[in-house]
Amino acid sequence: METSLYLLIPLSVALVFLIGWVFWRALDGGQFDDLERPAHDVLMDDDKPK
Amino acid sequence: MLGAERAFCCAGCEAVARAIVAGGFEKYYEAREGAGLRPDALPPVQVYDDPAAQREFVATLSEDVREATLILDRIRCAACLWLNEQALRRVPGVIRADVNFTTQRANIAWDARITRLSLVLEAIRAVGYDAYPFAPRRGDALARREWRSALWRLFVAGFGAMQVMMYAWPAYVDAGAGTLTADAQALMRWASFLITTPVVLFSCAPFFRGAWLDARRRRISLDTPIALGIAAGFAASAWATLAGAGEVYFDSIAMIAFLLLAARTAELFARQKAGRELDRLARWMPSFALRFVGASTERVPAHLLAAGDRVLVGAGERVPADGVVEEGVSSADESLLTGESRAVAKHAGAALVGGSVNLEQPLVMRVQRTGADTQAAAIGRLVERAAASRPLLVERADRLAQRLTYVVIATAALAWAASGNVWIAVAVLVATCPCALALASPLVLTRAGAQLLARGAALTRSRALEALQRATDVVLDKTGTLTLGRPAIARTACFSDIGAAQCRALAAALEASSSHPLARAFCNVGQGPTVQALRNDAGQGVEGRIDGRRVRIGSQRFCAAIAGSPAPEAKAQVYLAGDGRWLAAFFIEDALRPEAIPVVRSLARRGLRVHLVSGDDAAMVGELARRLSIEAWAGGATPQEKFEYVARLQAEGRVVAMVGDGLNDAPVLARADASIAMGAGADVAQLHADVVLTGDRLGALEDVLALSRGAMRLVRQNLGWALAYNAVALPAAAFGFIGPWEAAIGMSASSFIVVLNALRPLDTARPWKPASTSSSPSPSPSYS
Repeated sequence: METSLYLLIPLSVALVFLIGWVFWRALDGGQFDDLERPAHDVLMDDDKPK
Repeated sequence: MLGAERAFCCAGCEAVARAIVAGGFEKYYEAREGAGLRPDALPPVQVYDDPAAQREFVATLSEDVREATLILDRIRCAACLWLNEQALRRVPGVIRADVNFTTQRANIAWDARITRLSLVLEAIRAVGYDAYPFAPRRGDALARREWRSALWRLFVAGFGAMQVMMYAWPAYVDAGAGTLTADAQALMRWASFLITTPVVLFSCAPFFRGAWLDARRRRISLDTPIALGIAAGFAASAWATLAGAGEVYFDSIAMIAFLLLAARTAELFARQKAGRELDRLARWMPSFALRFVGASTERVPAHLLAAGDRVLVGAGERVPADGVVEEGVSSADESLLTGESRAVAKHAGAALVGGSVNLEQPLVMRVQRTGADTQAAAIGRLVERAAASRPLLVERADRLAQRLTYVVIATAALAWAASGNVWIAVAVLVATCPCALALASPLVLTRAGAQLLARGAALTRSRALEALQRATDVVLDKTGTLTLGRPAIARTACFSDIGAAQCRALAAALEASSSHPLARAFCNVGQGPTVQALRNDAGQGVEGRIDGRRVRIGSQRFCAAIAGSPAPEAKAQVYLAGDGRWLAAFFIEDALRPEAIPVVRSLARRGLRVHLVSGDDAAMVGELARRLSIEAWAGGATPQEKFEYVARLQAEGRVVAMVGDGLNDAPVLARADASIAMGAGADVAQLHADVVLTGDRLGALEDVLALSRGAMRLVRQNLGWALAYNAVALPAAAFGFIGPWEAAIGMSASSFIVVLNALRPLDTARPWKPASTSSSPSPSPSYS
């Protein structure tokens, strides 16, 4: 059972770097430049059926 | 419309409302925070399609795709931004339209084969707003890079900390039970090491860089203890991992980094926001102007304008430079500079300030000052200068923080030596970082500057906030401060059956063409009868015929020559006489500002002693003091005497705030603890005062006093908190009561408290409202 650690822990390390890279992509794409908008989007959502 | 009968102020508004509803945007009406503006006749936008004009602000993404950033004008609330974005997205050919709610800019990309920039801009016009492209400023890009890099560091630290905590958990649970094999433990350590390394090397780089820069200058900065703490902890843990023996605390290191960065990022966010407020003068300068070439106009970049150019400013457009009106009658919204949202009437000869909005009719203006010489730019520089001088209290706190840093490092070294445990030293270094002391005030000062500016007062030295807050006495000058600095009729004495109003109308008709300084007193009277055979007798007066009868206005002697008798009233400045009879005498004086009486009264109510010191005739000054119920006054004072008056008050231990016109009373302003100048006229840049009331409104004085009290109160609270926290945390960490991670929580919580406290309303005397970032010129109702 313990041997699974030798697979899972390196995997989790790899996952950390992968998620880090995904976040970096989002950041670089400007997703976090405007932190005020999402608060307003809740009020302005377009839920009217088209 | 929308299921109910709606009233519109005009057909234009109705059309706009129909366009909004027909587009399916009625949500706007549910979410908006107030009535919209009246759409004015706006200048054509086709000029923006010109490739030459586009070079500065349109980027070519691919062969057919163009990109530009637009400034959205007339935005008042989030609903406006949403509406603009929806309208932009409906334009055929627009590939992408993103409105940033924080900066109130729109970034759009469109297909040049399908649409043109002018069509996009017109879509915004159609829903009642205005937009124009602009070239991004360098500062904006810098701020964005700073923000992104801060977030990226924070994320790496936060995510790293969580992950490392998972690897540390088994060791904590297992502690001594021995169910975890040595190999598994080593694996966890190596994984933690691998993830903590980028957290330390990348996320904490700003701390190391700051510490290193100061170390090279043989100084210690606030980053030094943090850098030392993190480096020591990481080195010890790394060594333990490599050697395979000893304690590792990667989880604590990553968590310390995350919490410290979180506090810093929050501070950066608040600082950038306050900075944008402060910067808004420069932001709103239009990038284009319509310059006359002969009889026609051409659109040129605003920075190419030169003094002497004639420029057409359309209704609803912003004035591109400082200048005077040559043709046209309109009104302008100067709230950006003055904080006063009431429109100011503009006619030929009136001064226009760059950045203000021309509201009603097109105006032709002659440019006088452009770019860096404009009033808006001068105010911007004054405000920037404010940061160079900090209140004494803040300077003392900074020196204390510096000294505290040495104490912290010495204590950490001692604790390490005494206990032999590096983790106690790390806890001391992290827990008692005097960051909160350093964070306590800059944010408050920046916010105070921005809010004062929004209310028409430019703070040029932050240090003055302290004196303003402690002020016990307010010394007011008369001319130009309590008064408007221009003549007005104070009293009319009538000597015939012709009433006072008619006498004034006669006088105004006669004086209409006179250039005598006192003639300006009559210019507000209104339309008078027609005058024939007007003759100007320089220095004496004016003679003319009204309804066939000879009338004279001017000096006593000049009028006595036709009146034939000595004047019944000897002390007036201007007389009016007909053949053989006296008509009226006018007492002219410098008109009191309408807000003078309430402002003086409110100052007295605040418990301030108000003084009136003037170089004018003592009798007049005394009379004015009585009207304003000011007990302490001095008339006929020379500049030297004014200076001594203030010095005498200070010798009694009073703290004096002096309000003057800023030009003639420079010495006394310099002597006073805090100086405030009325920003009338054009020479804002030459005023030597701590605060310049840019709107030339005395009422802003109250805001200045209220805000300075509020700001200094927040600064004191923050400093008090930071000191109290450190006084508790230092011994607690040194004696090993708190571990490194607890120290990190304490330290970041302390920073957060300070930052959040700094974001509280500065002005408690009045309900706080966020400074509006757009203009709201006319209170006229519109779209239903």
